Amino acid sequence: MKIVGISGSIVGSKTKTALSLLWEEMVKAYPDAEHVLLDLAEYEVQFSDGRNYLDYPGDTGYVTEQIMQADILFIGTPIFQASIPGTLKNVFDLLPTQALRDKVAGIIVTAGSAKHFLVAEQQLKPILSYMKAHLVPTYVFVEEKDFMNGKIINDDVHLRLQRLIEDAFDLAEAQAGIRAKKEAAYDF
Amino acid sequence: MEKYRIDPSKGMEFGIYTLGDHLADPRTGERISAKDRIQQIVRLAQLADQAGIDFFSVGESHQPYFASQAHAIILAAIAQATKKIKIGSSSTIISTSDPVRVYENFATIDLISNGRAELIAGRASRVGLFELLGYDLHDYEALFEEKFDLLLQINEEEIVNWSGEFRRPLRNAEVLPRPVNGSLPIWRAVGGTPASAIKAGYAGVPMTVAMLGGPASVFKQTIDAYREALTARGFDSAQLPVATTGFFYAAETTQEALRDYYPHINEGMKKTNGQGFPKQLFAQGADHRSIINVGSPQQIIEKILYQHEQFGHQRYLAQLDFGGVPFEKMERNIEFIGSEILPAIKKYTKQGGASE
Repeated sequence: MKIVGISGSIVGSKTKTALSLLWEEMVKAYPDAEHVLLDLAEYEVQFSDGRNYLDYPGDTGYVTEQIMQADILFIGTPIFQASIPGTLKNVFDLLPTQALRDKVAGIIVTAGSAKHFLVAEQQLKPILSYMKAHLVPTYVFVEEKDFMNGKIINDDVHLRLQRLIEDAFDLAEAQAGIRAKKEAAYDF
Repeated sequence: MEKYRIDPSKGMEFGIYTLGDHLADPRTGERISAKDRIQQIVRLAQLADQAGIDFFSVGESHQPYFASQAHAIILAAIAQATKKIKIGSSSTIISTSDPVRVYENFATIDLISNGRAELIAGRASRVGLFELLGYDLHDYEALFEEKFDLLLQINEEEIVNWSGEFRRPLRNAEVLPRPVNGSLPIWRAVGGTPASAIKAGYAGVPMTVAMLGGPASVFKQTIDAYREALTARGFDSAQLPVATTGFFYAAETTQEALRDYYPHINEGMKKTNGQGFPKQLFAQGADHRSIINVGSPQQIIEKILYQHEQFGHQRYLAQLDFGGVPFEKMERNIEFIGSEILPAIKKYTKQGGASE
């Protein structure tokens, strides 16, 4: 089982903070899984030009390949100008159309205020569905008032992150079971 | 059709194509050497020739897990090793080569083979070769269009005057040698969508269309779009052949064919394309409407005839060696084709044949 996290912005700290907290909890709860946390701020990712993801060199090739190998993806995103950041959309654009087939995706949103709550529902989920991900239905929404000095001070967010982790692993296990049963039935 | 060496009165042509992939057999994890793989391809062409198969082609690929970087040289070896079968490329990436050199190579293969050589020109689905061969990926489309046009001009004119963006002009250039019958059949490789087929139609050139998976009726739209584009530009679609390509595997029973071929397709696609082939989709390949021709010989015959009814195409190319298929399985497939599939297809598709 390979778990890949994407911190979807190259500016700001809140998404990285929330995803790092999720990561700490997850590594504790599921120590045997392989974990790769990709903070896009640490990579030079080029714009998508339509080529097969295997043909990108350097950081772009590394980031896309990690995502393609994942069984579970945790996608952390801030909200910029009423949408996900271009850096995160570019990562999706770099991948094949059905790149997230047989993968589970969980979402963590950080935002300045509660006004942005539906952005993930209406803009991020359709992209992930189009790419064939199995979505954890509920996402964790963290806003400005939950942060202080680079830490999440709202205990409820900690508990919600724990539930997101559990739900993602349960969904991955259930989907793998369904797939195994179905593939066995084909008898080839 | 004569210009393209196709005689519809003999029925639809049946061919075999290889991309020249060089992959491990997923059942044993072992990969033969590049030397053995290339010799295996030549041997496969010989068997196809002996079985009466119409056409055999080799693709050009410059990425890892392929052995067909110098596909024209493999074709030259095949030209020498075979007698009757027509041979060609599937496809030649014209974007990243000089059309003059490509034409010299293929005209030479035509002379070695006594007039059996053809060329299918494509744009490449993977793009690593642009850097390897010194081209700019930003020119992906422009490179193909310009070089393909020049290739067609060289084929039509013995003395060429040409100028363009990507190579120095040609002034009264004589491109030699000339093929046995003056020109080569040159086809355009099409990726399967109507948008790409229309370009072949506007250029008035024959089309070879890749069909990875899905129902025949969807690909019919691509073929219809091609013929409409031909007509719109004043070409006669009755004179321009269409070829289709796709996965092929025959075994005693359909279940056995699916079981045999699936690991090769799935593991091979992972290595060459970065994503496996879903089992659910492959299982749907058994449906009579699917263009994947995997099954018992009888089922394959029915499927190919159904596809022929839909498309009215002149040639079908089967890919039966993908992903490290053991050679004895390829031999077995050639036997099924030669003894059962080919005779039935010819019988029912020739003009005045049993289906009319």
